[in-house]
Amino acid sequence: MAQRTALYEKHIAAGGKMVDFAGWDMPIHYGSQIEEHHTVRNHAGVFDVSHMTVIDFKGEATRAFLQRLLANDVGKLTIPGKALYSCMLNEQGGIIDDLITYYMNETWYRMVVNAATREKDLAWINQQAASFNIEITERADLAMLAVQGPAARGNVHQVLGGKIGAAHELEPFFAAQCEDLFIARTGYTGEDGYEIILPAGKAPELWDKLLEAGVKPIGLGARDTLRLEAGMNLYGQDMDETTTPLESGLAWTIAWQPAARQFIGRPALEQQHEAGVPRKLVGLVLLDRGVLRSHQKVIVHNGGEGETTSGSFSPTLNRSIAFARVPAQTSGECEVEIRNKKLKAKIVKPPFVRFGKSCID
Amino acid sequence: MSNIPEDLYYTKTHEWVKQDADGTVTVGITDHAQHLLGDMVFIELPDPGSEFNTGDDCAVVESVKAASDVYCPVSGEIIETNVALVETPEVVNQDPYGDGWLFRLKPNDEGEVEDLLDAETYRELAEEESH
Repeated sequence: MAQRTALYEKHIAAGGKMVDFAGWDMPIHYGSQIEEHHTVRNHAGVFDVSHMTVIDFKGEATRAFLQRLLANDVGKLTIPGKALYSCMLNEQGGIIDDLITYYMNETWYRMVVNAATREKDLAWINQQAASFNIEITERADLAMLAVQGPAARGNVHQVLGGKIGAAHELEPFFAAQCEDLFIARTGYTGEDGYEIILPAGKAPELWDKLLEAGVKPIGLGARDTLRLEAGMNLYGQDMDETTTPLESGLAWTIAWQPAARQFIGRPALEQQHEAGVPRKLVGLVLLDRGVLRSHQKVIVHNGGEGETTSGSFSPTLNRSIAFARVPAQTSGECEVEIRNKKLKAKIVKPPFVRFGKSCID
Repeated sequence: MSNIPEDLYYTKTHEWVKQDADGTVTVGITDHAQHLLGDMVFIELPDPGSEFNTGDDCAVVESVKAASDVYCPVSGEIIETNVALVETPEVVNQDPYGDGWLFRLKPNDEGEVEDLLDAETYRELAEEESH
């Protein structure tokens, strides 16, 4: 049987259509995925993301360990609470997972990894940590809510009142622990908002209060179209162990400096960088009518082929968009094969939408 | 439970068929089907004049979630399509048995229509699928 989050009953009560996601019974939508998408772009919505895996790292060797484990450098994190997005690579430079690390203090870092990769991530992390004196704890006792949208922070402040103290002033990409609430100004939608990690038993009460304040429940369906519009990769779809960050639009997440930092996968990435990266991940906007989906063939004009990795209808742009992995020199227009027809698409640089506004012509 | 009008015929693949007075039939997808697929974002319709056999895929309805083929319920010639859906595919969700119709067809054999499922049989099928 699939696992259930602390909010399962709340999803049923809200009319959630439940589906299996990485072994979890999760709501795909509560009626209309498109309406939920617009709610997050224009007002505020709450997602149950308790299926994601929270891992705490404790001990003085944590910084050194994470500087070895991650392609981005936690050495950049100098102010407590600061978050860092990074890939975790294998020795070949392939992406094991993408994740967020929060630097809380010198002896406590918190990491959030994907639900679908939980087992292999934990196995890899523990294997790599064997020679470091650190304590690694999976926090299955915690739930996680993402409250996102232009009105999200105001709604959270209203609901939590004085309890969140200094979190009122959190800068983007910072987190703070306020009593039993871990509040982070991060997200996966391209909108402002918070991700709140809290004891699982307290999640239903917070959920109810947010709904009472006018925040709407949002399913995983809208989460996918929101993140696609926001130009954010989905692990397992846009990247995996056979692709490097350089081929996945994530070169900006590789910290090459300091040159002496020997993170896992570095030699392989350096080799690929010097030899020339053969493929890149780009954004596509469909010019003809139709809907882009993953695994459609992309035909580029100067010869060569690529493939869409994620694709959907964009509710904000009212047209279809996608990510595609194409030969490195590709630019301009291309064609996508859909049901034996070749449809015209334009190559763009993601994001497609940021803070509710279109980023493309 | 989804709406299943008594006066229509149905297929196992969730199309509905209405017999019109002039001997043609109107075809759409059922309320149950639109509900399963979710918000429609794109409809691909056949060309008027084209001919299909029973069970041929003759149209595509795409929701934000997935693309789904529409199968021709009886063999015949397409005489009209609901071109308004090109601009407003969401009408299939809002009014699947009315303004959300997909196409009209002149059946090769009117008897074929009566071999389709009646409302009661289709209701049993839809309920079974919902569990």
